[in-house]
Amino acid sequence: MPRQRKPKLAVWKFASCDGCQLSLLDCEDELLTIAGQVDIAYFLEASRAVVKGPYDLSLVEGSITTPHDAERIQQVRRASRFLVTIGACATAGGIQALRNFQDVQEFLALVYAKPAYIRTLAHSTPIAQHVRVDFELHGCPINKRQLLEVISAFLHGRKPHIPPHSVCMECKRRGTVCVMVAHGTPCLGPVTHAGCGAICPAYQRGCYGCFGPKETPNTASLSAWWRHLGIPPSRIVRAFRGFNAYAEAFRQESEVHAKQND
Amino acid sequence: MPSKTIKVDYLARVEGEGALYVRIKDRTVTDVKLKIFEPPRFFEALLRGRQFTEAPDITARICGICPVAYQMSTVHAMEQACGITVDGPLRALRRLLYCGEWIESHTLHVYMLHAPDFLGYDSAIHMAKDHPEIVQRGLQLKKAGNEILTLLGGREVHPINVRVGGFYRVPSKRELAPLAERLKWAREAALATVQWVAGFSFPDFTRDYEFVALRHPDEYPFNEGRLVSNKGLDIAVSAYDEHFVEEQVPYSNALHSRRKGGGAYFAGPLARYNLNYDKLSPLAQEAARQAGLGPVCQNPFHSIIVRSVEILYACDEALRLIEAYEMPDAPAVAVTPRSATGYGCTEAPRGLLYHRYRLDAQGQILDAKIVPPTSQNQKTIEEDLYAFIPHYLDLPQPALTWRCEQAIRNYDPCISCATHFLRLTLERE
Repeated sequence: MPRQRKPKLAVWKFASCDGCQLSLLDCEDELLTIAGQVDIAYFLEASRAVVKGPYDLSLVEGSITTPHDAERIQQVRRASRFLVTIGACATAGGIQALRNFQDVQEFLALVYAKPAYIRTLAHSTPIAQHVRVDFELHGCPINKRQLLEVISAFLHGRKPHIPPHSVCMECKRRGTVCVMVAHGTPCLGPVTHAGCGAICPAYQRGCYGCFGPKETPNTASLSAWWRHLGIPPSRIVRAFRGFNAYAEAFRQESEVHAKQND
Repeated sequence: MPSKTIKVDYLARVEGEGALYVRIKDRTVTDVKLKIFEPPRFFEALLRGRQFTEAPDITARICGICPVAYQMSTVHAMEQACGITVDGPLRALRRLLYCGEWIESHTLHVYMLHAPDFLGYDSAIHMAKDHPEIVQRGLQLKKAGNEILTLLGGREVHPINVRVGGFYRVPSKRELAPLAERLKWAREAALATVQWVAGFSFPDFTRDYEFVALRHPDEYPFNEGRLVSNKGLDIAVSAYDEHFVEEQVPYSNALHSRRKGGGAYFAGPLARYNLNYDKLSPLAQEAARQAGLGPVCQNPFHSIIVRSVEILYACDEALRLIEAYEMPDAPAVAVTPRSATGYGCTEAPRGLLYHRYRLDAQGQILDAKIVPPTSQNQKTIEEDLYAFIPHYLDLPQPALTWRCEQAIRNYDPCISCATHFLRLTLERE
């Protein structure tokens, strides 16, 4: 049998903190094995060597926040067989999507003395709002085990095994006592996508939703439970307006409570 | 010299997106611009209206490589505003967490970002083909740092366990024991790292720098101290704004810092080392001496050695902290907000990280200011290139470009922090 060429992997960055692509370099035990299996063709954080596209698998980190990036993501899509977004910025617009609820010009003036020098869009938007996305990996940051699963699934032409259920399932599996039931600690776990391994409740704090909405989240019911715990609407708004503020389910829920007074 | 324009797309192996533009006329460098395209994310603006307790989780997202630094500067500023101090085992645990980040971040830079410059490889992955044991050692050393972050912080990137007042959950002494075993190996690996990088060849280059770092009476600085320099600066962190200013330049999305009434300054491992050599552990001092360093090091290319000495120190210090640790009664001290301004400055792996917050009586953030290390070093990086390039004008273009990139990486610039991607343009006239 003739030896097949190694699949080409590319890692792209848009507006982000680098944490999700760092997760690949944080696979300390697996990194050299991955490099043996795939051709790391474009990964600027790790290598100055650039291999021309097209690429078999593109991992995209970050959200679209500038006119230039809105163009660049089209080029990335054209050069990629599969395109997978990694992290909350790429899948939901990230923390920087908080601007979407306000006036970006005001934001600009708060940070920069000469706002005219800065080119930015009014909204921070997820990649899927611009191009077709083959798979979205959630998390702020992503979980590196899940990243390895996604890479190997795409390289073998199968569907990644990334369960879309809630953080609650991971808490139960981990044997963590429910912080909301037992301690009255407000927790976003019931509406949040699994994947982190339910870390926060294991450290005795409520989930703050960094993996974004689970499949079919009942955010209204959770908010009602928070109200039972005496949490004012302003705090519910802030809870949903975190790292996945612009994810549809979280955005809608925050808007419901933004209309209410404490 | 014939008129010449050279473009090299993309300086890689830095954290973030930027470009370098260099113009050379009659063997003189006439323009150097470190351009940072990283799209701005407006953290200072989006912090307004949030609760002071939310800030450590939010500011962590400025940088995936040094989230602990952001969390630490944030909690110190908030605690100062609220008039409390955190000491004893909680303070020690913060220091231990910071050791984890220094080990992880410095090792990433030494092995994966900077060493390939010295040895002529495009990346650590290419380097691994010829030096598999060395790259494996680097990866495992990095992992040791990440294990501290995972145990104490919950995960490597954006730890979840840091809060204003302390932690959500603190480990028992027994939980820390396996970490100590791992760190004993890491300390040996760090010593081997210092010896390895000390054998590289270094350009003979120095300038008259103003080094600025924290200095603490009892310890090598992580979280606390006064801001000092080799040129007479000695101020409390709360006086930062009186002595430093940030300016906007048209070609960069990151602000440039300089000393008020003065110029560029140098933050990071070299500054810390030069101002705090006496506070390093005996083992780290001895390793530095063996590597040929004196108590003062003025060559920015030696930063890779100093960074390795700091990895060694962080392993040594982490072991000391684990040894002395006694589990506190509570994971955090209670914090009541008040209307006040708080200042925090800690030593991120790349240097000083200054935060200032103004709070109202309910703990709502009214105003935030964050000055990352890369903003502070940008001007010094540009000035280094002005001075450095003329010595290498006769090098062929690819070699000169390589040298420029190497000189920039001396500072381990984190462009994600500063506002990523370095595209290098060299114009020769």
